[in-house]
Formats: sequence, structure tokens, C-alpha cells
Amino acid sequence: MNDLPKEEIARALIEAARQRTGIAPLTNTYPDLDFDTAYEVQDAVVEARVSSGATVVGGKLGLTSKAKQVQMNVDRPLYGFLTDDMQIDTGQAVVCSDYIQPRCEPEIAFLLGRDLHGSHVTASHVLDATSLVFPAIDVLDSRFSGYKFTFMDVIADNSSCAGFTLGGTGTDPRGIDLRLVGCSFEKNGQLVATAAGAAVMGHPAAAVAWMVRQLAARGRGLHAGQVIMAGALTEAIAVSPGDTVVARFDRLGTVELPCA
Amino acid sequence: MSSLLTEAEAQHHALRLLEARDSGVAIEPFTDAQPELGMADGYAIQTHLVNALLERGETIAGYKLGLTSRPMQELLGVDSPDFGPVFASTVYADGAELAVDAFIAPRMEAEIGVVLAQDLAGPDCTTIDARRATAGLVAALEIVDSRIKDWRITLADTVADLASNGAIAVSSNVVPIDGFDPRLLGMVFTRNGEVVATGAGAAAMGDPMATVAWLANVLSPLGVTLPAGSIIMTGALHAMVPIAPGDVFRADFDRLGPITIRMASE
Repeated sequence: MNDLPKEEIARALIEAARQRTGIAPLTNTYPDLDFDTAYEVQDAVVEARVSSGATVVGGKLGLTSKAKQVQMNVDRPLYGFLTDDMQIDTGQAVVCSDYIQPRCEPEIAFLLGRDLHGSHVTASHVLDATSLVFPAIDVLDSRFSGYKFTFMDVIADNSSCAGFTLGGTGTDPRGIDLRLVGCSFEKNGQLVATAAGAAVMGHPAAAVAWMVRQLAARGRGLHAGQVIMAGALTEAIAVSPGDTVVARFDRLGTVELPCA
Repeated sequence: MSSLLTEAEAQHHALRLLEARDSGVAIEPFTDAQPELGMADGYAIQTHLVNALLERGETIAGYKLGLTSRPMQELLGVDSPDFGPVFASTVYADGAELAVDAFIAPRMEAEIGVVLAQDLAGPDCTTIDARRATAGLVAALEIVDSRIKDWRITLADTVADLASNGAIAVSSNVVPIDGFDPRLLGMVFTRNGEVVATGAGAAAMGDPMATVAWLANVLSPLGVTLPAGSIIMTGALHAMVPIAPGDVFRADFDRLGPITIRMASE
């Protein structure tokens, strides 16, 4: 797949985001797009964002639930990178018109206190390297019309990374069993779903560890100060201007995201 | 709303459910023949069934709430939960081994159980009243079962059938509600070690303690007070899960600990 025009594809994805217009799946044109090449396209997307002034501030996991993996007919999650222009500061609104088809989902976010790299990294190492965990809302936005994509497409599209916000006060994860931490997710005061941390690959820190091991195979790692969104606890919901989504977590606090 | 059934009809339907419980052979839904039957008819039948079971020497250990989640309420076209008594003979301890063929079409659910420290009565019971009367919460599993063939239930059918209760298992670790919010209490449900669902207390009508207040209020016009020591099963935190012989189900609750049921191998 070395003949694939990665930069050109990356430009098309970035242009789709800039113009807020979805495009057709890449796999329509490049049906042989494979796992490694899809991540190389993702690299090109992230590099293009960085060369236009953005900074990588963290990463995120997607397809971390068994249900979603079965739905996509895959046996693993995926990852992408967060840039500073995706940050929605605590208490600020998400501006829906900045996106193509924004959706929100509740997550647990890890703020790393130390670098993490290596193929040996497990959930315990992640917890040890984490300074704080936060209740978080991931704003995802597929650059493919109607969220119609294959696993390879969504990897290339930087795993639908688009926005994120953290809430709560920041909690030391030591002494908390994140597997069991309960979450209720509401839209406009109505309960959408409940879950517990184990919905994310059995343990949210295990999801972060998986990302570290994947990166290790490519000679990379995660860095102190980065925020890692560990994966959705529930289904994503579509949002429109005027909506407010709230994720309440036992032990971690609440994150609220108004939609403008 | 009053029942469309005469006492004799309600009693007849109750006896058919009793036969199904005894024989293990499910019956056709009552609403096949009488689609107009609703919630009041279901409770009229349930009352006769409960009386028949009490006459046999059964005792009531508590109650279960059903249809406490919005998806289940939408499925059955209602906007409230339902309830039925839990008989002491169907209450098991943590680690119990049960036989699949003791049931007709069993499914497993993980729930928060509430143990009352004081009597609780409506009609104006609030969530705060319920909380004040509570000794604590317990990790719980419910085996739901339907004496109605293939779970083809409408509201009247499941209400009549003791809200589809089969058996429950409760932890002996009664944890006072102190410094935490039952709505956010997290739960991880595994079948044979694999996570099949997760949830939190809010899945039960928004607040498990609200289901207890609701129950006290609906029992009030029937002249029933929830006695101290009652166990209230506050409703499933996830969609019900199928059961096969040899399965091991475990619900792990934050703050409450685990509860396990093992199904006997055939």
C-alpha cells in the first residue's frame, strides 16, 4: 500500500473538517487500505494539523467496548491523537456549527504525570504514571457522511477525534477501582444510559495501556502532561444547538457540556 | 382504574399461572384471548395468585420492581414500573447454585437491593422518606422467569405473573447509604468471567430509592405497609441476559461488593 497518496487523502480529510462537509469512505476508492497504512494516513492528518499550528495534547481510544467491536467486526479498539484546537475548556460550550455531525459520549480521561512507553506497559503502569483522572465528554465527528465507514476508514480519520472537555476537580486514581465507578449520562435532563468503568475494555487504564503498547511497536509513547480519553462508557448521542449533555461519575464528579 | 375481570375470572387466571408454576409448562398470554386486559387486570390476577401461594405456606420476604427502565417501559407501552412480591422460598444467598430446569425461561439481571430498617408506608412517601427508612443496600441478582410462553408478555400478563420474578440472590453485606449517591453506584456484570453489561443505580427509574418510595405509595391504597426487614429489588441496571447450565454470573458493585449465582451443570 506504499503507493497510496497518503498526504492527498489526509488533505481531503482535513478539508472535509474545514468545510464541514462529509466525504465518502476512503475504502470505496482504496478497498485494500490496510491497518498499518490507515495509521500512516492518520499520521499524515495529525502532521498536517501540527504544521498549520496545532499542538498534540493527548490521545483517545475508540471502539473500546465489545459491542462496538462486534458491530464493526473487529477484535481490537483503535486510537487517535488530540490537538489543542480540539480542547473545549471546562464550562465552555461546544459550537455545533464547527463540526459536520457532532456526537457526544462520556469517558474517563487520564492526565499523565510521567511519560509512558514500552511494550510491557499494563493498566498498573498507567495508574502509576497518572496524576489525575477526570470525568470527560468526547465530542466525536466523523469526516465520513452519516458515520458510514469501515474500521480502516475511521483509523485514517484520526479515530473521529474532534473535541473534548474535562470536568470534575481531578481525582487521584490511587485507591479507586475505576472498573466499578458508576456513570449516568444525561441529555437535556433525561437519562440516556448508565454504565461503569469496566465498559471500557474491562478497565479504562487497560485501554490506555493498550494504546501505549501499540505506540511502542512504532517506536513512540505517551508523554507527561498529555490527556488520554480512555474510551466511551455508553453509546454516542447526536447533539444540536441548545442541548446540554451531562456525565455524572461516582467518585470523580460531573462534567457538563452545553451545545451552542 | 378497576379490573375488567370478575373475581371468578381473575381467580381462574391465577390458578392457570399456579399450574404453570407447578408443572413448568408455560401458558399462552391472557391478552391473546383478551387483548383489552391492562394493568388493573394484571394486579387482580396477581392478588389471587399471591393469596394461593400464601395459603400454601409461602411468606413474603419483600418485593421486586419491574419495568423500571425507559426502554422496558417503552417496549410494553407504559410509563410506570410494576411490582410483585418476593417469596422467602425464592431468596438465596451469595454463591447459590441453582438448576436451570427449576425455571421455565430464566434470564439473569443485576440489581441494587434495599433492606428496610423501619416500616415504610404511603401514600405520601418521598425518596427521602425511603432513604431514611433504609438500613442499607445489598448487591443482588434476580432470575426473572416467565410462566407466559416464550416471554410473549404484555403488561397485564407480566403483572399477573408476579412481575416475572423467578428467584433472587442477595449479599449478606448490608451497606448503609453514607457519603455516596445510589444513583451513581456502579456495577459490572459478568457471565463466565466475561463482562456482559455495566450500569449504575440511575438505570432504575433515575434513582433506586425512588422505586422504593413509588412502591410504598402504590401499596398504600391496598392497605399494605412495607415491614422493616423487607428486601426491595429496585430493578435491573441492564438488559436481561440468557442463562445456560454451568453458567456463573457475578455482579460486582462499587461499595457493595460482589454477588454470585452458579447454574448447575446438566
